[in-house]
Amino acid sequence: MTTANSEAVLPAQGIEAPRSGRIDPKYLRRSSSTSGSFEMAAWLFMRVSGAALVVLIFVHLWVNLMVGDGIHQIDFAFVAGKWANPVWQFWDLTMLWLAMLHGTNGMRTIINDYAEKDSTRMWLKSILFLSATVIIVLGTMVIFTFEPCLMNEAGELMERAPSFCQSAVQ
Amino acid sequence: MSTPTVDAAEPASKIDLNESGEGAGAVESFEITLKVRRYDPERAEDAWWDEWQLTMYGTDRVLDALHKVKWEIDGSLTFRRSCAHGICGSDAMRINGRNRLACKTLLKDLDTSKPILVEAIKGLPIEKDLIVDMEPFFQSYREIMPFLVNNSPAPTAERLQSPEDRARFDDTTKCILCAACTSSCPVFWTDGQYFGPAAIVNAHRFIFDSRDDAGDMRLEVLNDKEGVWRCRTTFNCTDACPRGIEVTKAIQEVKTAILTRSL
Repeated sequence: MTTANSEAVLPAQGIEAPRSGRIDPKYLRRSSSTSGSFEMAAWLFMRVSGAALVVLIFVHLWVNLMVGDGIHQIDFAFVAGKWANPVWQFWDLTMLWLAMLHGTNGMRTIINDYAEKDSTRMWLKSILFLSATVIIVLGTMVIFTFEPCLMNEAGELMERAPSFCQSAVQ
Repeated sequence: MSTPTVDAAEPASKIDLNESGEGAGAVESFEITLKVRRYDPERAEDAWWDEWQLTMYGTDRVLDALHKVKWEIDGSLTFRRSCAHGICGSDAMRINGRNRLACKTLLKDLDTSKPILVEAIKGLPIEKDLIVDMEPFFQSYREIMPFLVNNSPAPTAERLQSPEDRARFDDTTKCILCAACTSSCPVFWTDGQYFGPAAIVNAHRFIFDSRDDAGDMRLEVLNDKEGVWRCRTTFNCTDACPRGIEVTKAIQEVKTAILTRSL
């Protein structure tokens, strides 16, 4: 076989592969502020707290709504009675903390998944963390400082104390 | 071993063909409407839908319909395809809202009473019509080191492996890198930062290979903020995979491996 064409020179010199090193900067992974270990801990926490919450919440619902007079028993006195018991104090505290952290972490992942701009993400997360902190601190304070029968300095019941306090004091 | 072979004359066909060719074996034909999401920055700024009425046959795939348009109606229609037989991974596209290979989707399996919608896969930059820039996808693939790393000196023969050890990662060896899984993932759609199912599947293929020594390094790469922990187990990837790989299961196994390694 003969040809007048000049021989092809391979490999082609000086010609880059069409796409070499050209990636839309949007796709380049940024060095992250949170490490992978945190994400792993968060992932594990979601599963463990989720399983714990199933038990905590259903016992809570059953004790409040099914046992005794059921839904009709729930009033201020019922809550006061429950929180006089350290077991229920601890139960409700655990439920509050786990539910709040579980929910906050869930919202955090949703924000990470759906917020497209970094600034939107930052703002949404700031509001989320702030509100979660307020609710956790407030809830914890209420559980530990709850006092249904407030007394005045003279050791008498205050005017607007609920009626069951009369029998409790005497 | 030199028995002389005598070529007998080929026997006449025993099947009687109907004169008109419309016998019992005739392939059914039907009308379809093909709607393709077009994009060409040289023609228009925004993408638009083009629509064609075609007469197709029961043996035709979506790829055949695209070919018919490109070869007979509108040559400017642009899409990737190489082998056209479901193994090169070039023609992944969104068909009626689901990521499929055009060469593996029979038209008769779709609802032909409605228009068949064909779009480019989501989450990667569209270059023209059904062609996307796959480079971000391959970048994630490269980062998980998709090659055998073995620290012991190479034996003179092959590195032996028991059938059980081979079976451990068999499912993830099937990947053809078509990007149907990664571009079906809602987490990837948001910002394209997530490594994506395909990269994790290909990491899985080496992490669970008994001959490989770099499993820890790959687990470290995927234990990233944008790594396996962004998987929300929506199973879009498993549904999209044209090779039937249990993608979500593979991702879950990598998560478990990272977890057990650090605990």
